Amino acid sequence: MARPPVSEERLAADFGPHLNYAPPEGVPGREEPDDIVETHCCFCGMQCGIKLLVKENRVVGFEPWEEFPFNEGRLCPKGVQRYLQDNHPDRLTRPLEGRAGEGFVPVGWEHALDRTVREIRRIQEQYGRQAFGMLSGVSLTNEKSYLVGKFARVALQTPNLDYNGRLCMVSAGAGNKKAFGMDRACNPWSDMTHAEVIMICGANVSETFPTLTHWVWTGRDNGAKLIVVDPRLTPIARTADLHLAIRPGRDSALYSAILRELIVHDWLDHDFIAQHTSGFEAASEAVQDYTLEWAETVTGIPASKIAQAAEWWGAAKTSFLCHARGIEHQTKGVENVSACINLVLATGRIGRPYCGYGTITGQGNGQGGREHGHKTDQLPGNRDIENPEDRRFIADIWGIPEPELPHSGYTAYELLEAIHRGEIKGLLSICFNPVVSLPNNNMVREALDKLEFYACIDFFLSETARHADIVLAGSLQEEEDGTVTTAEGRVVRIRAAVRPPGEARRDTAILLELARRLGAGDKFAYETSEDIFNELRRASRGSRADYFGITYEKVEKNMGIFWPCPDLDHPGTPRLWEDHQFRTPDQRAHFVPVKYHDPGEVTDDEFDVILTTGRVVSQYLSGTQTRRIGRLVDQYPEPLLELHPALARRKKIAERELVRVVTRRGSAIFPAQIVETIREDTVFIPYHWPGKKSVNMLTSGHLDPVSKIPEFKVSACRLEPTGQQAPPPSETQAWQAT
Amino acid sequence: MIAPQFNTEMEFFMDPQRCIGCHACEMACAECETNGQLPMITVDYVKRATSPQTVMQICMHCEDPACAKVCPADAIVKDEFGVVMSANTSRCVGCSNCVLACPFGVPKKIELSDLMMKCNMCYDRTSVGKRPMCATVCPSGALWYGTREKLERLRPNSTPINTFVFGKQEVKTKVHYMMPKGSTKLVVD
Repeated sequence: MARPPVSEERLAADFGPHLNYAPPEGVPGREEPDDIVETHCCFCGMQCGIKLLVKENRVVGFEPWEEFPFNEGRLCPKGVQRYLQDNHPDRLTRPLEGRAGEGFVPVGWEHALDRTVREIRRIQEQYGRQAFGMLSGVSLTNEKSYLVGKFARVALQTPNLDYNGRLCMVSAGAGNKKAFGMDRACNPWSDMTHAEVIMICGANVSETFPTLTHWVWTGRDNGAKLIVVDPRLTPIARTADLHLAIRPGRDSALYSAILRELIVHDWLDHDFIAQHTSGFEAASEAVQDYTLEWAETVTGIPASKIAQAAEWWGAAKTSFLCHARGIEHQTKGVENVSACINLVLATGRIGRPYCGYGTITGQGNGQGGREHGHKTDQLPGNRDIENPEDRRFIADIWGIPEPELPHSGYTAYELLEAIHRGEIKGLLSICFNPVVSLPNNNMVREALDKLEFYACIDFFLSETARHADIVLAGSLQEEEDGTVTTAEGRVVRIRAAVRPPGEARRDTAILLELARRLGAGDKFAYETSEDIFNELRRASRGSRADYFGITYEKVEKNMGIFWPCPDLDHPGTPRLWEDHQFRTPDQRAHFVPVKYHDPGEVTDDEFDVILTTGRVVSQYLSGTQTRRIGRLVDQYPEPLLELHPALARRKKIAERELVRVVTRRGSAIFPAQIVETIREDTVFIPYHWPGKKSVNMLTSGHLDPVSKIPEFKVSACRLEPTGQQAPPPSETQAWQAT
Repeated sequence: MIAPQFNTEMEFFMDPQRCIGCHACEMACAECETNGQLPMITVDYVKRATSPQTVMQICMHCEDPACAKVCPADAIVKDEFGVVMSANTSRCVGCSNCVLACPFGVPKKIELSDLMMKCNMCYDRTSVGKRPMCATVCPSGALWYGTREKLERLRPNSTPINTFVFGKQEVKTKVHYMMPKGSTKLVVD
């Protein structure tokens, strides 16, 4: 049973999170580094260029990389502090075995690998191949993402592989495939420069993609009007010309009403619609009843503001629409995306300079990681695992008979549910901390407890890794060569700045050794990361994510290459659709009709307030890395319950009073932060924290039926003031809550 | 000592309207080895209860610096490029006159060392042709360092000003504030 071997408090004391600060004089060696390595930040989808300073196989500091074209040296606080994840006291340097009552005991690699392989074999022989699952993540490079996909299908031969991209941008991917037949942001961010209108839909740009703020302002400096749709007045919404404070979970109503306005006022590009799209009539019909007044009732945004947004969008000659998790983390995430794309297609502003559209991918390799095959329904090159032709193509590359290639399995949340039901008995995970990041995480913890065997590859003992029987000490991003693909579709080089410390091994080396021991070594004969990339290039050739013409050399020489890049002489494609040849079967962009429906959970007498979740600028995802860096923790030490003064008055809640927030899944206590910058019917709690500080105990497991993304953005909750004041933030130690 | 290669065409501009409160500048500033992990720039909410507006404050490098004028030990000097240096540690007596006199609230008394410290415009970087750390990393352009010509091209709707009026006192600074086009000064009531 994969329960934590000793109390979580003891594990936190032994393995952290502990806070790492630079000493006052700086990390020794910073002034005279042996090497200055041009690479990229390990955090969000912007993948800012950064130089790491290296002394004696230690990362000792950073220097801005001003020549890299996207960020030109600009960084956010996470980027500035990211080097402190190196030389961290919590860093795992040896394999560990969880022993009940004893804790995690260091063991040799031979024992760790041998036991892992024995357990995989035992479980698969006893219960079937599918009873062993794998979970992965898109902070991994393209090479590792590809390798994990192949490892699960060829070495484990299980269909039950999925990844944390399922919590990230799968709704956008599905919406983009429906509309364009391809899944990539259509433009580089520099196309904001002369956009007349920039519309940001459900994206807290300045906290989650701080360096994208530069490009928004570049447009604004040239006169762009900025429209921001968000239930909160975020830092980017504060500067907007129009802030549409939408009721969480009602987004498609807004975009559908705007489409109706475009039609009513004939703010349409009829030539583009006629020549390059299909489905306009059905999409128009779907929105015919969605008047401004109706939309006001549903979204809580005054009709006049919706009309203003429609007028600006309708009259513009150039524009850029981008969205992120705000509209995607919903049971209608895909529909919200389609409703946004319909606005872009109706006005024909795509495939031209300064006419842009795209999702802002959240994770470091959210783009590349979702193309190359550790998503359960997908094979490399964004191929379909159920498509016979795609299956044959990949089976040939992998040297296996097509019938042996597993089919689609469970998506991430469903996979945990299957463990909970006892269908899946064993698990291998890498780069995923579902105990913090999945919704309804009381269920997630119970599920992990039920596993007969769980092995985890990680560099810190994350909250999820505490459940592992075997922990395989893996590598940080800066310890292995590879590539990632940024949110704008640019493939860039990640450099191995240092070697893994102690006995820790590169993730790739661990997976290759496991494959060898599982008897599939001949299918995994790679010497270098570049060997894996070269196989990925072939596997993606001719696909809807074509990397064939991209080589390490080209990437290095050009500071990145935008895919698609079909052959070696091709320069890459920063802006999609300039030829208007969409990758759909009829080569047209598709309008998708969107009918509005309510979120999976609506408020009622018992649960009368909308709970929405999100992020803060100083933390990244489940916090495995950023909750270990002192200054980042100090900046926002504990999750706060943001609520409007009117709601606080109604509920008799005082500033910093501890409030119990209750949903149908559980309850947790947070200090109140009373601010006018949020809707009166909504409260907000950021999600990066574990244990009793985890808002994901409260969020629901309602999934989008197409993308299977959980509805993190909408739950119904009740607020119960406790009458007690919260202790000072510095005393909470929320970063290591159990 | 190597002669400074201060590029006088490069100037410092700040625009608090663009500040997103991320604190990248503070953290990058603290990395400087002469600061001992103490940031010489501050970022604060104006009033979080009503707005997420934050503002950052760096040393404005006054043309006639009040901090230097009130220093009884002549520890603060302005160099030939107009950079007002942090207090010379061998002279500073930790009296806090500068802390009280600065109209922008910049100098800090470091209790541990009983010395004043403040921003010296990343002299170690700017004197060898690099940009100051805070303005290099700032993701929103709230802190910006470069030529005036480039700035005017990039931000055609803003005007840099460097005259601040505090009651009856007018202060001119090396660092510029970005204001709406046509502005000439900032009057602080």
